[in-house]
Amino acid sequence: MLGINDPWIWGVYLLSFLSALLCVGYGLANWNRGGEKEANEIREEVSWEKGEAQMEEKELGL
Amino acid sequence: MIDIVYLNIIILVYILAIGYLGYRGWKDTCNSEDYMVGGRKIHPYVMAMSYGATFISTSAIVGFGGVAGLFGMGLLWLTFLNIFVGIFIAFVVFGKRTRKMGHNLSAMTFPELLSRRFDSRFIQYFSGLVIFLGMPMYASVVLIGAARFIETTLAIDFNLALMFFSLIIAAYVVIGGLKGVMYTDALQATIMFAGMAFLLVMTYSHLGGIVQAHQALTNLAALVPANLAAMGHQGWTVMPAAGSAWWWTLISTLVLGVGIGVLAMPQLVVRFMTVKSGRELNRAVLIGGVFILMMTGVAFVVGALSNVYFFERDGVIAIAAASGNSDSIIPVYINSAMPEWFVYIFMLTLLAAAMSTLSSQFHAQGTAIGRDVYETVAGMRGGRSILITRIGIIIAVVVAVILGYVLPPSIIAPGTAIFFGLCAAAFLPMYSCALFWKRATKAGAIAGLVTGTFVSLFMLVFVHQKEAAALGIARMVLGRDVLITSMPWPVVDPIVVALPLAFVATVAVSLATKPPAAEHVEKCFEGID
Repeated sequence: MLGINDPWIWGVYLLSFLSALLCVGYGLANWNRGGEKEANEIREEVSWEKGEAQMEEKELGL
Repeated sequence: MIDIVYLNIIILVYILAIGYLGYRGWKDTCNSEDYMVGGRKIHPYVMAMSYGATFISTSAIVGFGGVAGLFGMGLLWLTFLNIFVGIFIAFVVFGKRTRKMGHNLSAMTFPELLSRRFDSRFIQYFSGLVIFLGMPMYASVVLIGAARFIETTLAIDFNLALMFFSLIIAAYVVIGGLKGVMYTDALQATIMFAGMAFLLVMTYSHLGGIVQAHQALTNLAALVPANLAAMGHQGWTVMPAAGSAWWWTLISTLVLGVGIGVLAMPQLVVRFMTVKSGRELNRAVLIGGVFILMMTGVAFVVGALSNVYFFERDGVIAIAAASGNSDSIIPVYINSAMPEWFVYIFMLTLLAAAMSTLSSQFHAQGTAIGRDVYETVAGMRGGRSILITRIGIIIAVVVAVILGYVLPPSIIAPGTAIFFGLCAAAFLPMYSCALFWKRATKAGAIAGLVTGTFVSLFMLVFVHQKEAAALGIARMVLGRDVLITSMPWPVVDPIVVALPLAFVATVAVSLATKPPAAEHVEKCFEGID
């Protein structure tokens, strides 16, 4: 195989390529996944929303 | 021969580019979060390339490439582990949790992450000390190597080269912080990638294609020198004889030590905390995997194949062509087999590899002594973090330079292995339990940290032949180089013993002590499923 007789060597030669391919495949498959917001950002947004709702209630009497 | 004027011009342009990126890092740094974790908004390309360039030093290319020239392609097991463990497992399994937990706990260094997770100041300053005391030898290996390289290629005096080189790196690390380090790393990694890609293509095409080149190497098996055959060497495309001295060294030191040790390297772990979300890490995996394949994969294949080149040209194997010094195999091969212009590019590649590794070492040491040790022990936190870290970085650079001058090469040479092994044994059990085991306790973490550190040091000083003989402490105390002389102990890497013991200590002590407060654990694991 590939000019190498020892399966432990041609095996690891291929394995090195396959592991790099795994990284490529994983990266492509999850390219847009995991882009979540941080807990504190979410908390901040929630408190903003609440503040805004309260303000609207107070100012506009909605 | 090499035209010094051309080479100096190329390097001058390169240094100007580095200077500009260091300046950009400085301009983008407003607070200690920017200075220590790149403001947690680094681009995935920059993050992955910076991780890779820090990971791969000149010695991984020239030193280990030369070892492949001597012993053959068995070293590719290291490449496989570098990619699968060092990139895939590190990013996907460890990296994502590290980033999230680091954010939950507002940690800015690796010891700080562990210390806040286990609510223990001891962990922070003890880990900081292990890093600050263990890393200088590793840094001087890289520094001295680079200075020698500048001396021989640019015809600049060694002392001048050492001073000048350290000053350039110190300048952009001190000024630009982690952003400066990572921006310059990305440029350096790009140069490294191009250099190694060309080297691979040229080597295979020179030797008539992939299969033909490998077959020619396989056919050289009869030429293995008797002294190497006695160590288990059976040819450059064959694994060493099981149980032989070289087999043990290959498996335990290279594969376990360097391959798995990478998971707990502080200067690499901190990079996970520099990106905004898991998405950036997903993208970085792709880049990192290909990058590492192009680095160690190419170095080991080309190193081994250089035997074919030298045999076809001069009828000798690589180690003979390099006058018996395996470190010279890659440089001699490049000089004789590659076109002249590539020699310049390859020199730049090696310079970039050394600089990117050193800059991160200095940054990690600076944060270790400044933030983790000084600020934790002095009980202060706040606005002066950047200043204190800057002073820490300057101390780290000065220590590395002094060590390079003072210590004999025989002690400095095993520096990389010592640091990798120490980091893995001391930090890996505590770090993996911090991320994956909610039941792990403060006492358990400390038990693992202390066990890993001291068992590792004991093995290095008294058991593992290579370091024990170089350090000379065992000879002073016992009158002989190692405590146990029967095989395989003198060639079993310390990590094989220290890491499992440290794991056992962490788990056993955790189970024997009171579980941590649910509220604290919940805060650490917020957003982690």
